[in-house]
Amino acid sequence: MAVMTYREALNLALREELKRDPDVFVIGEEVGLYEGAYKVTQGLLKEFGPKRIVDTPIAESGFTGVGIGAAMVGLRPVVEMMTFNFALLALDQIVNSAAKLNYMSGGQYNVPIVIRGPGGPAHQLAAQHSQSMEVYFYHVPGLKVVRPSTPMDAKGLLKSAIRDDNPVIFIESETLYNVKGEVPEDPDFTIPLGQAIVRREGTDVTVVAYMGMMYRAMEAAEELAKEGISVEIVDPRTLQPLDTQTIIGSVRKTHRAVVVEAGAGFAGMGSEIATEITEEAFDDLDAPVLRVTGAQAPMPYARNLERLKTPTKEKIADAIRRVCYADGSR
Amino acid sequence: MAVTKVVMPKLSEAMESGKIIKWVKNEGDRVQSGDILAEVETDKADVEMEAFGGGVLRKILVSAGSTVPVGSLIGVIAEANDDINSVVGQAGGGAPAPAAEGGAKAPSDAAAPSGAKPGMAERPATVPPQPRSEDPAARKPSPSKGPEGPGSQHVQEAVAQQPTPSGGPETAPRTLQTLPSGDGGRVKASPLARKIAAQSGVDLKLIQGSGPGGRIVRRDVEAASTAPAAAAAAAPALRPVTPSVTGPEYEDVALSPMRAAIAKRMPLSKAPVPHFYVTSEIAMDRAWDLREELNALEGQPKISVNDFIIRACALTLLSHPGVNASFQGDRIRVFHRVHMGIAVALDEGLITPVLRDVHAKPLAQIAVEARDLAERARQRKVRTQELSGATFSISNLGMFDVRDFSAIINPPEGAILAVGSVRRVPVVTDDGLGVGRRMALTLSCDHRVMDGAMGAKFLQDVKRLIEEPLRLLV
Repeated sequence: MAVMTYREALNLALREELKRDPDVFVIGEEVGLYEGAYKVTQGLLKEFGPKRIVDTPIAESGFTGVGIGAAMVGLRPVVEMMTFNFALLALDQIVNSAAKLNYMSGGQYNVPIVIRGPGGPAHQLAAQHSQSMEVYFYHVPGLKVVRPSTPMDAKGLLKSAIRDDNPVIFIESETLYNVKGEVPEDPDFTIPLGQAIVRREGTDVTVVAYMGMMYRAMEAAEELAKEGISVEIVDPRTLQPLDTQTIIGSVRKTHRAVVVEAGAGFAGMGSEIATEITEEAFDDLDAPVLRVTGAQAPMPYARNLERLKTPTKEKIADAIRRVCYADGSR
Repeated sequence: MAVTKVVMPKLSEAMESGKIIKWVKNEGDRVQSGDILAEVETDKADVEMEAFGGGVLRKILVSAGSTVPVGSLIGVIAEANDDINSVVGQAGGGAPAPAAEGGAKAPSDAAAPSGAKPGMAERPATVPPQPRSEDPAARKPSPSKGPEGPGSQHVQEAVAQQPTPSGGPETAPRTLQTLPSGDGGRVKASPLARKIAAQSGVDLKLIQGSGPGGRIVRRDVEAASTAPAAAAAAAPALRPVTPSVTGPEYEDVALSPMRAAIAKRMPLSKAPVPHFYVTSEIAMDRAWDLREELNALEGQPKISVNDFIIRACALTLLSHPGVNASFQGDRIRVFHRVHMGIAVALDEGLITPVLRDVHAKPLAQIAVEARDLAERARQRKVRTQELSGATFSISNLGMFDVRDFSAIINPPEGAILAVGSVRRVPVVTDDGLGVGRRMALTLSCDHRVMDGAMGAKFLQDVKRLIEEPLRLLV
């Protein structure tokens, strides 16, 4: 296995799939000549040419629609959103066309498209560019939603997304592009969609977290280990379909759960996972499932307010202590 | 700023209530997290209680000398300008009042009231404070009260405050918030705690919850089913009493926290644990002589007969791990280290502090540590962590001229050794009758963990070690 950055792992996945399947192509703003706003498509134009790596005007609805149309007639487009916040401009195409055409055509068309790009809060990107966009998509029947936290997952899951016959929303993160990790170079290596992974084994509490929150939960777990609390961390990796089995299995072992998400908590992923746990593992719970989420407010620009809005290591650790009845309060 | 509720902490596994000995801080004092707020007497020891939050100790709700259940609100820490009324307002029902205020308590059993309001106090922002009239008449159940049972105190209050007493059930404000969450029959427990209680046959009504608002959680049920019971009833010292025919016929003595704990825990051992007993008589002549010889040495710690027995048991347990074991429901846990519980008699009961890793300690170290532990136990200065975790216990009543006795096992331990006095008795020797020192050891065993032969073999090896006491020194 090679050690590479998350960005390089995505680039490798694209390169391998472009090589493997002539129907795969990349389309979006600045993906060609500029080699990607975050350099994920670096070197691809040179290697695969302008028919496979297509620069577009600033028109999300338009180029997403082009991608959906191409997918309907058999190609496998990878559409890049410069940031996923811009996907709001293509929401009708994604929600009303990509997600529904297979159903509405009675199975005559499927839409094997991947829409990818960075999303979620980064550093001082303020209200319009810090949104956890996954919530807008996993609610829509017909879409798969992936949030890969590590370089290995980025590669393995992007390849599975490209090979999947359904539309897949694949949301990366600006804050993870430079994270390094081991990545298999085997071009046949993939990670199936819909499989969670236990990132850290523990016995006292299950923490469900993904992307940057997963890393913060890991830090909290390290700290709590010194207090004698053993934290298990489950990273769902794919939010739709969600691997509830792995989550429930962990909760049955630890009897307590905390769900962390960067976005606002109301009707979020935490609500969904907490409900699944309550429905499936009620008799195994020794405490109510707690959520640690972003505040119900737009992301402020100011650094100190950004910190208040966002789940921190301290907030995660506090919630874990509370479900373990180790916070001193009654 | 945050308002920090100060509650009676659970300072030991078995602790259910605590008595405030004294408040170290006064109302109005500024405190930091970690400051000592008060001294608390538990059933086992006197413990200093720390603050979990900083600010000003705004309110002391339970005065020194009062005893309240674990989890009861006893004070409030907040900034000087914080509104603490909503928190303090919960205290009436939340902190079951000291006995003197008993008349105002909700008519539910002792375990329930602590479960009622602190749970609501959890979320003062969303739950409006309960209207609480001080007029006793308002507390009476309304004659028009419909189908609610006598336990639903909150509903009673709400109905009594209705302007028209003839209002039917629908006029009572029966929102979720005003419905009682902890009335007579309802016990607050986590789903897992309920499941474990059902499996292990523990009655939740008898348990004090340690979770928020008195919620019973897993650890409470597990503590109840494997409660550290006191070892054996110590014989109270006989005091000469002048016979009287004029005084009162009897007096009722209030249970000390320790006596209450013993009274509650003992049946939890004796009833579910099938005890059997194995007794052996040990020839103590050589051990006695060796002990005198050792104690005559300059600069050596004094060694007691009990130290010999501790050492002998520790060594023997290593080769009989089946006796150093605990019944765990669907399995038997066999310990590879020996933590020895040593029963220490106190005036008001007894406690069993634990000497850890005693299998790895030489006789002199055992003597020093056991004496220190016993002395601190008598002064009630043992730390709470020194009161749990024993894998085997010894109870010695030898100093009371007891020939032999049977002790009650300290669950979850699998056995306990009861030690009688070393007595001078006639013994049969090869050539007639002589005088020897003899001591009876009685091993109480949990039949779920071991059988008679296993206990007997263990005792046989203990006997061999003590009768050839040099083995204890090598």
